[in-house]
Formats: sequence, structure tokens, C-alpha cells
Amino acid sequence: MPTPVFSANLTLTNLVTSVNNLSETFTSFLFMALGAIIITGLAAVLALIGVYLERKISAHMQDRVGPMEVNTEIPLLKKIGHGWAQTLADAVKLLLKEDIVPDAADKRLHLLAPFIVFAATLAAFAVLPFGKNLIISDLNVGLFYIVAISSFVVIGIILAGWSSNNKWSLFGAMRSAAQIVSFEIPASLALLVVIMAVGSLNLGDIVAFQTGGIHKWLIFQYFPFNLLAFLIFFIASLAELNRAPFDIPEAESEIIAGFHTEYSGMKFAMFFLAEYANMFLVGVVISTLFLGGWSSPFGSFLNGSAFFQVFWIALKAFAVIFVQMWLRWTLPRVRVDQLMYTSWKVLTPFAFVAMFGVGLWMVLLK
Amino acid sequence: MLYNFATVFVFIVFGALFVGINLTLSRLIQTRNPIPVKLSTYECGELPEGSSWIRFNIRFYVVALIFLIFEVEIVFLFPWAVVFKKLGMFAFAEMMIFVFILIVGLAYVWVKGDLEWEKPRIVPDQRYATVPQEAEAGELVA
Repeated sequence: MPTPVFSANLTLTNLVTSVNNLSETFTSFLFMALGAIIITGLAAVLALIGVYLERKISAHMQDRVGPMEVNTEIPLLKKIGHGWAQTLADAVKLLLKEDIVPDAADKRLHLLAPFIVFAATLAAFAVLPFGKNLIISDLNVGLFYIVAISSFVVIGIILAGWSSNNKWSLFGAMRSAAQIVSFEIPASLALLVVIMAVGSLNLGDIVAFQTGGIHKWLIFQYFPFNLLAFLIFFIASLAELNRAPFDIPEAESEIIAGFHTEYSGMKFAMFFLAEYANMFLVGVVISTLFLGGWSSPFGSFLNGSAFFQVFWIALKAFAVIFVQMWLRWTLPRVRVDQLMYTSWKVLTPFAFVAMFGVGLWMVLLK
Repeated sequence: MLYNFATVFVFIVFGALFVGINLTLSRLIQTRNPIPVKLSTYECGELPEGSSWIRFNIRFYVVALIFLIFEVEIVFLFPWAVVFKKLGMFAFAEMMIFVFILIVGLAYVWVKGDLEWEKPRIVPDQRYATVPQEAEAGELVA
């Protein structure tokens, strides 16, 4: 099991303890807090980049250019152009906006919902492997933990919809909850296929299983069952993210803004950030499980240092995110009963088939 | 391992803290001018009719119930999947029997029509009609 960089490197802890006379738990806590702060910052920055990318990619796909104006006067950054500071301007705008809580709303629940949604999304970043030793927390139940903590987002969404005391919010929230919950089943079944192939829930082990070249990636093993599992997980994760074509909860033209109708200013920004951070999370999870994680597709070439490992996982995660955005701006929104049909009558049976197929293959031929 | 879980806990706390700091920062520098129009519930310009905290359609409950059953099944499948490589045909067959029983459950729910979002609207027989159609108002059909 790889030794995480930020975990108890006890010699270093002892050194600090003896030098500074701090207690050992406090130093450990400092390392944990440092990791948390770095990853929080990273998630926020990535979410902002995701928003900018979405706007630019959608613009180019619709044959327009998107944001081009917002820029700074700083000479080097000014050269980048292409409206790169648009998201920054949006963030500042949302900071300055008034936080309107409707009279009829339940104020405490209204306040609590963004906390739950964002904290749950961020907490899943703790187990993501960005490199061989670049895991904040190398849990032995890493994958199970990710599935579990991502389910907390549903609670936040339902709270948001309920507390707003607005029929549109309630519709959006209940539909979103029904959607996320329905797609949990095929997603988890697809994950079971991966776990069966690797034999461990630890994300580091799963990546280690896939190092050595592109032929070892899990998406190409046990053909076609793992490919089926990949497709099922990809589609199900689109629904879990409330992204098109499953974006009824935020259907802009149908129920205004769904569960975050009554949210303005920074609270809305938290929901927004949580969605894009979640998108990045799903990108990294899919890359880790099916596309080889931080390992290079060329085997040992370009695999050595942490820089290359982060490069590969970033490349794969952004490729997944690009495909997700591509689908958003290409496919029309599905109706809610078509959505339920897809989850229960198409994806779940195929997921069972994939699991059965891989199990039979492993038992008979290995 | 306890250390790793403590790290995760610190993460959750920092996530909540991040939101808290941002909301506080926003509260400090935002304008605050609450007037009654702004604080009314949004319904595309119309005045909302009654509270929205009323009963909603039962299909959400049915979906949640079916989800619960399959989620418990998946929770049982997780540990089996982790050690599956070391087990043989017997464990596979045993677990597949369990999964098959639950697939029969899925098939039953499917055939019974509980997975349908739109239930067919049954026209009440005139002879046995007791409650008129209009009296079913007050329920959200989402």
C-alpha cells in the first residue's frame, strides 16, 4: 500500500514534536488540516475552471465564442485574453449579492442545505489518488466511502427544496432525489464489477492493478463486460450529477432553477461550486476505476515522477469532463418518466448482466 | 486506518468551514435591503396559492422503497465482491441465487407497474363511483 505523503510520517512528526514541544496529535492534525486546505482550494479552483470551460466549450459547440471580454490590466495575464477572468468576476459578483431568504422559508434548513451539499462533495476528494503517494487519506474502503458520502448530497438537495417553501423547489428537489437514488443502483452494480476484477476497495490498489500500459486498463479487461460497466457507470454518474441529458432538477426552462430557485448570492454559489466539484470528482473516479488512474498508458514511459502522474490523471479526468460537457450540449433533456425507465428497466438489468458475466468469466477461466 | 478516518473527518469539517467562511464573508460585504416583494415566494410573477408544504405524489415513496431494497442487496454484495477472487464457484453460485431472488423481485415490481412514472388513469365505473374526480385536488402531481 503506498504511503500517503500527508499521513503519519512518524519520523517527521517526532522531529517536529521534539523541536517544537507540540503534542503529536496536534502535529498530525496540522498535516490533516494542511491537506484539507490544499484540496479545498484545489476543488474550488477546479470548479471555477470547470465553469469557464463549460461556457467556452458550449459556446464553440454552438458556433459562438462565449465570454471574451473580462480581462485584467496585468501585462502577462492580459495576453491570455478569451475572457479568462469571467469566472472570477462571477465569483466576486456572487459574493456581493444580497442573500434573500423568502419569508415563508424555513430559515435554518435553508442555511443548512448548502453546507451539506458542499461538505459531502468535498469530503469525497479525501480518498482520490492523484499519484502514487499523493493520496490524502488512503482508506482501505475508499470506493465504498466515495459511494456513501456522495449519497449525502441527496439530503442536502431535499433540504434545499423543502425549506424553500416553493412548489418549484419542491418539485425539483423530489425529482432530483428520485433521479439520484434511482441511478445509484446501476452505478453501484457497475462498481461491483470493478471490485470483483481487482479484489480490493482501496483506490490505490485499483490503480496499482492497472499500471503497466494501456492494455491493463480495467475498461479493456473481461471484454465486453467491463466496457458495459464503464458505460453504465458513466451514464449513471451523469444522472447523479444532475447533468444533461438528465438535468430535469435544474431544467432552466421548465421549473426555473429547481431546488435552488430560492437561493441567491453565496449560497447559490455553493450549490454551483458543489456541482462542478462533483463533476471533477466523478471524472477522477472514472479515470481511476476504468482508465488507469495516474498510470501512463505507455507503461513505464512517462510514469516516473509525481509530475507525470498528476499530468495523466488530470488529462484523463478532463477528457471525461469534456465528454460530459459534450453530451450536455448535444443531447436534449429526457422526460422524467423516460429517466426512470432508463434507470430501472435498462441500466439495472444490464448492470446485473455485466456482474454475472464477469463473475462467471472469473470463476470458469481464471 | 484510524488516522485515515480522522483525516476524512477533518476534511468534512473543513468543507463545512469553507462554506461558513464564504457565507460570512458574503454577509459582511453584501447589500441588505429586504423589502416584502423580494421576500415573497417566487412563482414566475404570480402570487403563490397556499403553502407548498402539502402532500406530494406517492410515486416518490415507491421509488425510494424499491431503491432501499436494492441498496441493501448491494451492501451485501460489496464484501462478497472484495473477496470474490479468492472464492470459487460455490460462493459465486450462492450469491447468484441471492441476486436471482432479488431480480425476481425487480421483475415483479416491473410487471406490477410500480416502476411506471405515469400510472394509467382509471376511469371509475359509473355504478360504483363514490368520490368525484374533482375531490382529488390538493395533491401535487409532480
